[in-house]
Amino acid sequence: MKYVDEFRRGDVARGLAARIAEAVQPGRSYRLMEFCGGHTHAIARYGLTGLLPAAVQLIHGPGCPVCVLPIGRIDSAIELALQHGAIVCSYGDCLRVPASNKLSLYKARALGGDVRMVYSTADALQIARDNPTRQVVFFAIGFETTTPPTALALKTARAEGLRNFSVFCNHVLTPPAMQHLLAAGDAVQLDGFIGPSHVSTVIGSAPYQAVADAYAKPVVIAGFEPLDVLQSVLMLVERINRGEAGVATQFTRAVTTDGNATARAVVAETLVLRPTFEWRGLGQVPQSALAIHPDYADFDAELRFGLPYRHVPDHRACECAAILRGQKQPQDCKVFGIVCTPDNPLGSCMVSSEGACAAHYHYGRFTAPQEQPA
Amino acid sequence: MSHYPRKLDLAHGRIDMTHGSGGRAMAQLVDELFAPAFRNDYLAQGNDQAILPPPGGRLAIATDSHVISPLFFPGGDIGSLAVHGTVNDLAMGGATPLYLSAGFILEEGLPLADLKRIVDSMAAAARDAGVRIVTGDTKVVERGHGDGVYISTTGIGVVADGVQLCGSQARPGDAILVSGTLGEHGMAVMSQRENLGFASPIVSDSAALHTLAAALMAASPGLRLMRDPTRGGLATTLNEIARQSGVGMQLQEDAIPLQPAVRAACEFLGLDPLYVANEGKLIAVCPAAEADAALAALRAHPLGRHAANIGQVVADPHHFVRVRTPFGGERLLDWLAGEMLPRIC
Repeated sequence: MKYVDEFRRGDVARGLAARIAEAVQPGRSYRLMEFCGGHTHAIARYGLTGLLPAAVQLIHGPGCPVCVLPIGRIDSAIELALQHGAIVCSYGDCLRVPASNKLSLYKARALGGDVRMVYSTADALQIARDNPTRQVVFFAIGFETTTPPTALALKTARAEGLRNFSVFCNHVLTPPAMQHLLAAGDAVQLDGFIGPSHVSTVIGSAPYQAVADAYAKPVVIAGFEPLDVLQSVLMLVERINRGEAGVATQFTRAVTTDGNATARAVVAETLVLRPTFEWRGLGQVPQSALAIHPDYADFDAELRFGLPYRHVPDHRACECAAILRGQKQPQDCKVFGIVCTPDNPLGSCMVSSEGACAAHYHYGRFTAPQEQPA
Repeated sequence: MSHYPRKLDLAHGRIDMTHGSGGRAMAQLVDELFAPAFRNDYLAQGNDQAILPPPGGRLAIATDSHVISPLFFPGGDIGSLAVHGTVNDLAMGGATPLYLSAGFILEEGLPLADLKRIVDSMAAAARDAGVRIVTGDTKVVERGHGDGVYISTTGIGVVADGVQLCGSQARPGDAILVSGTLGEHGMAVMSQRENLGFASPIVSDSAALHTLAAALMAASPGLRLMRDPTRGGLATTLNEIARQSGVGMQLQEDAIPLQPAVRAACEFLGLDPLYVANEGKLIAVCPAAEADAALAALRAHPLGRHAANIGQVVADPHHFVRVRTPFGGERLLDWLAGEMLPRIC
């Protein structure tokens, strides 16, 4: 497959791995956080950890859209479906995230809620057009990658006067989360970031500069293909050796300094910064999420349905919070693979294939020989 | 056909509740639509059951329900699928398929033209596979209570003496073969779903596998087992075999045959083709010494031209199916968890 196979070549991977092994300096640690779930998935899917020298440690970050969504937000989406009788449209991964009372959007559907999986906001708009007598809510989640389509849906709904459509906005922002991770009192020791891929196609590489400068860390924006990740690791190792901070881009085929101006403009027109937002694992993070712009208040599901936000604590045994902060690995969690499995997830990291726990469970758990057979 | 004042309107008519009432409308549907298509001596007996001659060996029986949306897709439809699915379940046990029963759940409002097309396709698939549809049933449910039509088929076949295939017989060292490129059925169906709307040249692989299975059995006398990797794809089927046989598996990812269009469509949607359904492929496990002959027999058959040896059975108390990636890394090919969902980012 053209433009894909080139980025998955084993011979090139081995060449890069050899160069990384050569570049690594004795006595130095290279603790690299891959921010995005897309990277976590690629690392697990292609067995990249096994190609790296022991000195290079990859630490999973919080960049998995469904993983960082707090339980209270899923509860609200379920409430929209069950109590308000709305058609709730959501991206597929969201449906299985465990919420309060042993519910999920999937289980809400089995209880009679009208929950529909969509592939794009255009599908949600079409559902609203097709069901003029029903309230249709798009459950908007994700980082800057999925934000422009939500923004466009708001514009379209307003232009068409689609009164039965609204958006329950939960979009979150990457740079504030990186800063929060580095600033936290219990911050995990990091030597560099494998920076977001698709997110950066929208926002560009510039927004990471402030974080990189403030904490003197190198950030290398990396594509999601396995060779992208390996090349970025090499770039980070070289920068760490030179003591060089700042932002560099490996994913040059898609990322520019300023990103996609059209997409950023439509987001700026329809969405505004929230003063603070709860992230699963990270807690309240200031200026880290978007709400619907007052000009589009008519399409804001939180206002239309008067949704109150309630904080809901994680399951006691679940280590998702520490895993999302990079402090623990999935296998450090007592319930990993025993009570918490992809079929019956306790925590959000076990849900999406981009979640650290699900990625390790699906692709890597044979590397932990102490586990009991399933 | 003179019992009915007017013939069924197969061009513009639709299923209504009277077609399931047990009355004259139902009889007419059977007489004018089902019976002529499936015509055979046993069905012609016109009784509540088909009485069949004694079979020449052990009986195999398999049942399969078909609930596919859309009803028509590139490479087939629910009718041909309902035949192939059950024929293949029989064939994977080494049986020669002989007879099918067919139960239809029809939704009020289904165009008779669609039903006719499905029934004709089913009849053609049965004819090609050399099986006869000898008994059947139709029910009608109210509009909104079904997806147009559901078809449940049960098949009977006969297993020759000495044939002993079983999912528990894989042994460390055995070779794992697949009969061709994977994932075409699932991706052909998915490409037709209205909310995906991507154009693709992918055609379902839906086909009856019993002649391919017979060729394989002739070439590999020590054949351990065959399975058709339908729902859940190759990954799920291999995990089932690994658990049933109490073994592990080691695959070579670059040996697994995939059409470029399937790889591209899966890439596009964030799906793994190894979890995507097939309806015309088989997986075989055979002793390593017979692998070359088995592979040659598969490749000599029109349905097995792209057959490949994809790995081997290994001893593993965890029953893991592992895949060596072209990178030289290794990953687990796990059971499918929940429903296969596209990734967000």
